Amino acid sequence: MHKHSRRLLRGIGLVCALALGATACGGSDDGGSGPKNVSESDVRAALEKGGTLTVWAWEPTLKEVAADFEKEHPGVEVNLVNAGTGNDQYKALQNAMSAKKGVPDVAQVEYYAMGQYALTKQLTDLTGFGAGKLADQYSPGPWNGVKAGGEGVYGLPMDSGPMALFYNKKVFDRHGIEVPTTWDEYVDAARALRKADPKAYITNDAGDAGFATSLLWQAGSRPYTVDGTEVRIDFSDEGAKKYTGTWQKLLDEKLVAPVTSWSDEWYKGLGDGTIATLAIGAWMPANLASGVKDTAGDWRVAPLPQWEAGAEASAENGGSALTLPELGGNEALAYAFVEYATAGKGVDTRVEGGAFPATTAQLNSREFQDTKFPYFGGQQVNKIFAESAANVADDWSYLPYQVYANSIFNDTVGKAYISDTTLAEGLKAWQDASVEYGNEQGFTVEK
Amino acid sequence: MTTLQPPVAAGPRPAPPPARRDRRSWTGWGFLGPFVAVFALVFLAPIVYSLYLSLFRDQLIGGTTFVGLDNYQQALRDERFWAALGRVSLFLCVQVPVMLGIALLVALALDSGRLYGRNFFRVSVFLPYAVPAVVATLMWSYMYGTRFGLVGDLNDALGLSLPDPLSPGLVLASIGNIVTWEFVGYNMLIFYSALRVVPHSLYEAAEIDGAGQIRVITAIKLPAIRGALVIATIFSIIGSFQLFNEPSVMQKLAPNAITTDYTPNFYTYSLSFSGQQHNYSATVAIVMGLITMVIAYVVQLRGMRKGV
Repeated sequence: MHKHSRRLLRGIGLVCALALGATACGGSDDGGSGPKNVSESDVRAALEKGGTLTVWAWEPTLKEVAADFEKEHPGVEVNLVNAGTGNDQYKALQNAMSAKKGVPDVAQVEYYAMGQYALTKQLTDLTGFGAGKLADQYSPGPWNGVKAGGEGVYGLPMDSGPMALFYNKKVFDRHGIEVPTTWDEYVDAARALRKADPKAYITNDAGDAGFATSLLWQAGSRPYTVDGTEVRIDFSDEGAKKYTGTWQKLLDEKLVAPVTSWSDEWYKGLGDGTIATLAIGAWMPANLASGVKDTAGDWRVAPLPQWEAGAEASAENGGSALTLPELGGNEALAYAFVEYATAGKGVDTRVEGGAFPATTAQLNSREFQDTKFPYFGGQQVNKIFAESAANVADDWSYLPYQVYANSIFNDTVGKAYISDTTLAEGLKAWQDASVEYGNEQGFTVEK
Repeated sequence: MTTLQPPVAAGPRPAPPPARRDRRSWTGWGFLGPFVAVFALVFLAPIVYSLYLSLFRDQLIGGTTFVGLDNYQQALRDERFWAALGRVSLFLCVQVPVMLGIALLVALALDSGRLYGRNFFRVSVFLPYAVPAVVATLMWSYMYGTRFGLVGDLNDALGLSLPDPLSPGLVLASIGNIVTWEFVGYNMLIFYSALRVVPHSLYEAAEIDGAGQIRVITAIKLPAIRGALVIATIFSIIGSFQLFNEPSVMQKLAPNAITTDYTPNFYTYSLSFSGQQHNYSATVAIVMGLITMVIAYVVQLRGMRKGV
């Protein structure tokens, strides 16, 4: 009996060792050899040969683009998969990359998340594909985004989100409130609105990392300095003080609705006038038109309020690129699709569908700027967006691990929304947690 | 039975041929094999793989390195982990007694046989258990809403100012309420089925001795279902320590009140899926598993000490 149980143990041990061996064998074997070279003729040959492309993206207008692309190149089949929006897709993508299995040929990645993938060489550097010469076609903010703080080009900009102030004109008119041009006026407008209608809020804010970093960007703060693996995080500059000073007033006086964006409550609030403005990226119109149908004609767009009267600063909020994951296949074909969708004919298709492009040709075209939007009472909103795009300072950089940093924003800065912690203290806590994580991950991070 | 073999002669026994011994051991394996294979693959391999993972550290810069027990040291000093454990322990101390108490009351009421519409009552108490946890949480979250939910409607209709159930101070209680709603029926069923097998002769004997209902409960029913009580308690302890679905769903609605390290399980999930810290996540999971095992074992020892 004794002997048997020992043998049994030995057997179990053997099975475990096998299991271990199997997992250990999946070790890394990165090629690690500079940027790949794929010439135009390679791309043309790939298009003629045809094949199937797997594209992970949540951008709604890509559906039309994929259909057109298939029509133009009969041998090509584009398999468009919505693997989740933003962070959900990154989780799926990261899992596929770790497993080295099921990685898509093309993936949509937001600018803030590119650094992480670029640095770990999980995205193909498109310099060898001739992407460098497309630089002039895109506006500077998004192009800066796909370079992810390095020399390579890790994707082609698909859309951009220069910020503007969307406001419910009907609510403003009813209470006789002026549209704010500075953030100080914005606070006054918030007070006036709250006084006129205790149920109405100037905007919603339950702590959103993307929104906060965009406002910091506009205020001139540059909390992140990235040079390869040397990183500095500092939320104590003048710009950050402007932001915390003003926004703290809104929080202290409970002038912002504690509603998370994209929730049912949020859509309801936008629809019934209890959330009166949104400072958000230029990709918002399509979302408003489809998500908040009741208020068609009520909303207008104004330039983003300024931190100093008379200034013309703006920032990007969101926006994404199409990238080629290193472990995907079909590179030449994938690049052909990405170029078609972001610099070729696909751009017009997407603009018609309500997307906001990153290409200067479309941004500056008469037709684009003169388009009247019935949802905005016939206002030519693209004019304001294009102006905002031109005013975006392009020296902002995100952390090479911004996805993680954003995921702990509510753990740290979020405290300012629900307790006596101030925004400045919250930012400090966020900074400390980000520094700690960065150092754990092998970066050299300073405060 | 007859035997064809001649009686064994006295004296030194010849060693059996080696081939025969081999065959015997392989036959044993033939029977054991399927079980061992499934057992190793399904039960041991994941644990061994987690242990293996917990000895390494994967960095964005620098790749994977062997770090020995560093991750364990880090976990033991990790304030976020201990805070999460403290939170679920508080949850355990308050929610589990309340839930089991209600379940026991309901089971005793059903068993008393004095209830009108017993079957309907039994099914309706059990029904929430059939609702998936995610759906239940979503449902309750809508009711908790102070602007558009039930709480908001009550405030509007009755002019009340009920506190926000999703505020940091109340959110744990709100989660406790959901979990109680979900699992009272399940525990009630365990208690009720244990009560059903108590021999009726005992009740008759008690009646002859002149015992009242309360006396019957304390002297017969409760001791008889002691085993079921201990089992339900252990299940509830494990369930509390593994709290994940409810905070994970509600985080979307109360992102500031429910942090990414709200419960130990949620913390391991965040570590792994947002932070790419699979190795450290595995370590925290192992430490948490050990703690759960120890506590469940202690409860079992204490509960069973006097014997059933």
